[in-house]
Amino acid sequence: MTYKLLGKNFTPPDIEAKVTGAARYAEDFRKEGMVFARLLTSPLPAGRIISIDTSEAEAMEGVVGILSTEDLPQAAPPANPPLASEHITYIGQPILAVAAITEEIAEAAIERIRIEFERRPFVTDPLDTLVEGGANPYPNGNTLIRNAGAAAAGTTASGTDVGEIKWSRDAINAFRAGREPAGANYGEEWEIGSVADGFANCSTIVEEPFVTIGQPHHALEPRTGMAYWENGRCYFHGSLQSHTIAVAPLAGMLGIDPANLVFINEYTGGGFGGKIFPYPIMAVTGHLARKINRPVQLRITREEEFYIGSARSGMQGWMKLGLKDDGTVGAVDMIVVGDAGSGGGASGGSAAEHVSLMLQPETMRFRGVTLYTNTTPRGAQRGPGQNEMAAVLAPIFDKAIRQAGLDRMEVRHMNAPISSDTVGPHHTELTSAFMPKAIEMGAELFNWNEKKARSGQRNGNKVTGIGIGMGFHPAGASGYDGLCRIGTDGKLYMHTGVGNLGTYSYASVTRVAAETLKVDWENCEIVRGNTDRHLPYSTYQAGSNTMFTEARTNHLAALDAIRKLKEIAAAELGGVADDYDIDGARVFATADNSRGMTYGEAAQAAINMGGEYSGETYPDNLNDVTKRAVEGLAGTGLIGVVKDSRHEGMPPSMAIGFMEIELDTQTGKYEIVDYSCVADCGTIVHPMGFRQSMNGGGVWGVGMSGYERHVYDRQNGLPANVGLYQARIPSYLDVPLTNNVGAVNEPDPQSPVGTRGVGEPAQGCAAAALTSAIADALDGHLFNRAPVTPDMILNHVAQNGFNTGDLKTNTF
Amino acid sequence: MNAKLTRRRFIKGVIFVGAAASSGAGFYLASAANRPAGGVERLITLNINGRSRRVDVMPQETLAHTLRYKLGLTGTKLGCNRGECGACTVLIDDVTNYACSTLTHMVKSRQVTTVEGLRAADGTLHPVQQAFIEELSPQCGFCTPGQIMATVSLLKSNPRPSRDEARKALSGNLCRCGAYDHYLNGVMRASGQLS
Repeated sequence: MTYKLLGKNFTPPDIEAKVTGAARYAEDFRKEGMVFARLLTSPLPAGRIISIDTSEAEAMEGVVGILSTEDLPQAAPPANPPLASEHITYIGQPILAVAAITEEIAEAAIERIRIEFERRPFVTDPLDTLVEGGANPYPNGNTLIRNAGAAAAGTTASGTDVGEIKWSRDAINAFRAGREPAGANYGEEWEIGSVADGFANCSTIVEEPFVTIGQPHHALEPRTGMAYWENGRCYFHGSLQSHTIAVAPLAGMLGIDPANLVFINEYTGGGFGGKIFPYPIMAVTGHLARKINRPVQLRITREEEFYIGSARSGMQGWMKLGLKDDGTVGAVDMIVVGDAGSGGGASGGSAAEHVSLMLQPETMRFRGVTLYTNTTPRGAQRGPGQNEMAAVLAPIFDKAIRQAGLDRMEVRHMNAPISSDTVGPHHTELTSAFMPKAIEMGAELFNWNEKKARSGQRNGNKVTGIGIGMGFHPAGASGYDGLCRIGTDGKLYMHTGVGNLGTYSYASVTRVAAETLKVDWENCEIVRGNTDRHLPYSTYQAGSNTMFTEARTNHLAALDAIRKLKEIAAAELGGVADDYDIDGARVFATADNSRGMTYGEAAQAAINMGGEYSGETYPDNLNDVTKRAVEGLAGTGLIGVVKDSRHEGMPPSMAIGFMEIELDTQTGKYEIVDYSCVADCGTIVHPMGFRQSMNGGGVWGVGMSGYERHVYDRQNGLPANVGLYQARIPSYLDVPLTNNVGAVNEPDPQSPVGTRGVGEPAQGCAAAALTSAIADALDGHLFNRAPVTPDMILNHVAQNGFNTGDLKTNTF
Repeated sequence: MNAKLTRRRFIKGVIFVGAAASSGAGFYLASAANRPAGGVERLITLNINGRSRRVDVMPQETLAHTLRYKLGLTGTKLGCNRGECGACTVLIDDVTNYACSTLTHMVKSRQVTTVEGLRAADGTLHPVQQAFIEELSPQCGFCTPGQIMATVSLLKSNPRPSRDEARKALSGNLCRCGAYDHYLNGVMRASGQLS
């Protein structure tokens, strides 16, 4: 299909402010009378507070107020509270906040607060609490329990509770040694077919342990909130990657009606999953502002980002994978012990989903345990589960393929998902999938057949490694609201509450409305960033969701506006709605296009007609956020507003990455010589934005497989790498000079313009390609972990026997 | 034992090692370590973006603090406040510096340029700014001012850098979004090597 706007590059309206410094992030706002808050955080990995003496701090000149747990409702574990008292479960956990006229004074006041703690046992490695007799991270246990009955009764905050799960010492020893633990129990378990039968049909079987280590998000903008209250309303300048979907939860944190929350967030300095929904310290900002009746700004430091900025969960696992003679994946059996930190969730189920989709095994079993540790709380981080699984799966899959004497690309190609395939234990159908074509395109882009011959070639100290990896993430939802307005000035105002993570997808999806209504881009304005600007209820901007989900809502809102344009024209000019068509910002009679109205004239007519045409009435099934938005817009133009229906199946976003590295056996470092990647993510709506996602994801993949990891001191529970320098993220010098990026560009039938997002698989395929390439450079040696760091490589080359078999985690 | 003090001492030790390594200290670090709150300020004149600005500056105040909180130049971002990320990069006599690790009193007789000072008087964007727009260089945008200042400085000394020279010149500026490829395209376009 030929589009006027879609598939073409454009200048996003927010980009000029980014290059001029005019873009205002949460910390750039000031309000008269504003004071600054700082956090007192826990020095202990586990314990409780016996007493707090703030008298000396409160007496200091310039100190305005203190917020403690007494000022906030306390949620039961494993909920992550804004401030902790009875259940301190990690170092860096906020305990109280001090507001002062300067941040310096607030910091100095914190130094003068005296706290008496009671210490509790703690644990940093999940297997140390899983073993019988091991310490628990919470007094009452170590694992997540889903309590549906309690949730229904409202007796727990989230329908979750902390329970206990233990394995025998023999089971733990077997698991650490890379064997299937006998007699172990699991919190989650499913099987597709019979893996016993599946392995019986396999001629090649590999069995490997694996470890992936958590890592902080480290968005470059330290999370900041500024709040003030006026006439019972809270005005909150925040830093989230989503917008209107956050209104109700944030209002809930503050104990107010969502109608009384004004959430302002035009720019966000990175999120990556760590800012999808309101995070606990946002409650501190809002409550403190209300308590002292002054505007309060709370920004956290880079170091505090490490503690309370969320992080990816870790995995310790075991996998048995079998290939049939022809390369078909006959069986996969996998176990994942997930490290959920002191709260949040592990990602074993998502990891298994990656295997289920991308390898399409004939039989598969997954068993998983979610464990808490006294480490930083975990949350979603770019493809949680799927991407770290991709990183450790690729070399294991390669090993099986090599043993079978087959080609790594061809085996991936023959097992890759197509539209008729399914995923997971429920055999979830796919909206569409063209992964074999992506692999073909990628192999051609990379020149696989020529490059694979370079595998293992030596040039002095350097050896070439050729890698291949796949990434996947579910990339779409539905059921959200679309809202647009045609003003009497004839312009199209596209209202979106989707948030501004930085990918420009917020703007790309509004172009669907402009395309549908056939309005020139110059006559369009995107309305966003402030709930007082009347924004609809939109999806969270995360998980590659925005493109699929919000293309649907924008399209539907535009269709609703077109219906109303035609009805207005019929009412004003005679005939029936079907007699009319649209183009050039006019609605006109199909038989005589001189008989028509401009959009501006139609908008005025909509105001005159009232009712649904100008938003004075609206569908009952809209979200309350959207209803308030429409009420705010009523009488200002022609309103298009619709709640999206539900789609069927999973929209999978997938990508293949090919990587060539030169690994220096004397330093353990490597240079990425070539990286080529191709995505199967539907129609490309914004080519440069698509490249941005693929390239950025590629950098993240290099970080995951080469650099980023938590490091904890097991003796004291102290994190050892709390900055960007220590918890290294890739720089310009760690990634290829250029990338080759391609797209299958086959439309998804459940998107009106065929599009799906691509942010997550872009990381997974690069992470997998890198671990695959490292193993390839070292004669197929498996480290069975991510990241693989130069010291591990050097130890292997020096035959020091770097040991991955004990599943150690969070270590140097 | 007072565990709280133990932890804070430990972390401070770590911070000061990092601060020393980056040849400067962040605003909190210097102030928290060396003096009580509310010390005497001094009125000095700075040359910022070609204009003389009179401003009260504490002895240990960082340039990032002065720019952002006293002069309202919030384009200079604070990503780490300890010389690790480059988001606060400004030009001092056309040379890149981390404003979080520069004491304001050290730049009294110097020309300081921030991202707000690049636009021409008629509002025309600087060629680097324009190139970064055309190449869709920024993602979230938080590191963008620093990337731009590093590029402006590079092109003053090397008007037609190779891509490899550019990445080395910009390697002190982290981008968590991973927009490096697009920033380098922006450098190439700004230097007339992309059309």
